[in-house]
Amino acid sequence: MWVYVARRIAAVIPVLLVVALIVFMMLRLTPGDPAAVIGGDSATTADIAQIRENLGLDKPMFSQFFIWIGNMLTGNFGESFFYKRPVATLIIDRIEPTLALAISTITLATLLAVPLGTLAAYRQGSWIDRGVMAFSVVSFSVPVFVTGYCLIWLLSVKLGWFPVQGYQNIAAGFGGFIHRLVLPTLALGTIYIALIARMTRTSVLEVLNEDYVRTARAKGLPEMKVVLGHALRNAAVPIVTVIGVGIALLIGGVVVTESVFNIPGLGRLTVDAVLARDYPTVQAVIMLFSVAYVLVNLVIDLLYTVLDPRIRY
Amino acid sequence: MKAAVSSQPGDTPGDLLADPLAGADPRPARPRPSIWKRLAANVSVVLGIILILLIALMGVAAPVITKDDPTAINPAGRNKGPGEEISYRNDDGKRVKKMVLMGTDTLGRDIFSRVVYGARVSLIVGILVAVTSVAIGLFIGLVSGYYRWLDSIVMRFMDGLMAIPSILLAIALVSLSGASLLAVIVAIAIPEIPRVVRLVRSIVLSIREEPYVEAAISVGTPTPKILYRHVLPNTIAPLIVQATYICGSAILLEAILSFLGVGIPPETPTWGNIMAEGRGMFQLLPHNILIPGAFLTLTVLAVNMLGDGLRDTLDPRMSKKL
Repeated sequence: MWVYVARRIAAVIPVLLVVALIVFMMLRLTPGDPAAVIGGDSATTADIAQIRENLGLDKPMFSQFFIWIGNMLTGNFGESFFYKRPVATLIIDRIEPTLALAISTITLATLLAVPLGTLAAYRQGSWIDRGVMAFSVVSFSVPVFVTGYCLIWLLSVKLGWFPVQGYQNIAAGFGGFIHRLVLPTLALGTIYIALIARMTRTSVLEVLNEDYVRTARAKGLPEMKVVLGHALRNAAVPIVTVIGVGIALLIGGVVVTESVFNIPGLGRLTVDAVLARDYPTVQAVIMLFSVAYVLVNLVIDLLYTVLDPRIRY
Repeated sequence: MKAAVSSQPGDTPGDLLADPLAGADPRPARPRPSIWKRLAANVSVVLGIILILLIALMGVAAPVITKDDPTAINPAGRNKGPGEEISYRNDDGKRVKKMVLMGTDTLGRDIFSRVVYGARVSLIVGILVAVTSVAIGLFIGLVSGYYRWLDSIVMRFMDGLMAIPSILLAIALVSLSGASLLAVIVAIAIPEIPRVVRLVRSIVLSIREEPYVEAAISVGTPTPKILYRHVLPNTIAPLIVQATYICGSAILLEAILSFLGVGIPPETPTWGNIMAEGRGMFQLLPHNILIPGAFLTLTVLAVNMLGDGLRDTLDPRMSKKL
């Protein structure tokens, strides 16, 4: 077991190295002097010389890559020429809204989608089943920003229930924080709810046909216990897997949602940095999101043994 | 045991939603009707194709449907709602009045005309991304699935590529090369390639163990011929399905890039650009976002429906896999 955990954690390192290599090469493959590109339009000759020194641009490509990684590991993500601040502090300032949005979305989606999917599987072919299926097909085709603007139009502009845009720090009051988080969470959550509900339905449906479910019924267990204790419990592994896979969707969605709702988070930072051609920030944010994605999936892989004691490594 | 993120399917909706029960046919004995008959009997294939054809027709016949130039700026007729009347001087200096069906944007461009022309960009991007990423992914997948020594290097690279969320990768790639149609197509196609490679590779790995491939090897058939004659045909059905899903997500991603302002240049009529342009006036003129949004949704829905239908008819193996 512990050997597996160690091996699994070790397997993450080459993936992250390749991600770093891709992000590193992207900048090197663009025409021009990387130092000038990183420095931006307003950089002076002295600035550029300083950047060249920091990145070790006079050294071979191979050492440059490891200097860059070494810098990142020590928390030095470079200087943003656009914001005139170290990228690391920039990211720390912007991380709260993104985390809040991601956590609220995952929570809402799981709380809503797992019961919905289970119900759909339990009542296969009923209106609720067909409703869940239709919802999931449609949700995958509606872009996040269209959902977002529909919600703003209906619930903010027409009904006035929620503020149109904006974000409030959790420190500035929990009520206002939640109030402003509702619409972005709903917009971002739609596709996630569809994904999880559909996977829950599929895997519960499969388990409901198993012999042990019939046995549980035959020995007179109440239906509630059969469905929750036997069916859902055994369907948990694929459901948790899809929540992890969906993190990629969530990260993509965060970038768009934050722009729609004017939330000053990491997604917004990415778009602003790309528009300003602020490469140190772009590189750092891409690395951060990819690391988050890989680590979430690592945790989920490790969770399998807890969820399903039959899995032994 | 699972390897890194590598064993996760991509974030195209199709891979994630494949229904494991869909392909199981309880009546094995009856001879199956021809593939075309089965496709024609599938509601979501037929509905999807009809919708896609209608949207393609709209794009192709754009100059016939609307006489308005989608890029013509009209300062006098800015920010009009749907159905309002604008008046302007035409080239002969005469004052003309006309009704704008879907209103105008902040530069006075006709939204209806932009929406109609916007279908072109969406479909071109969707189709070209699907074709290029499948072609490149097929080649890499065939070669790396067949030559073991290449396999581990290529797959490590693909794992890394897949660990970067595709929207981020696309945004970064466009930002490096500058906004243009070609840059957008390349930027959207690159994140899709690893998903195709994985699919092709898994098929190659299972086919190369088949007795007929072993037989071909033993009589000395050259490797390229084995790949072409025996392996390639097995990849066609799953790849058609995969290409359809890629097309749908590419259309969506192009609109997202344009909407964020990092996609195709803003004067080009695309649905994402119309929506980006409409953001500032959203509270007064919500249709600037909602109308192109509806067309975009309908198009992606049609493509995804076609994909679901194709998956169920062409490739029962793929639907059982997940």
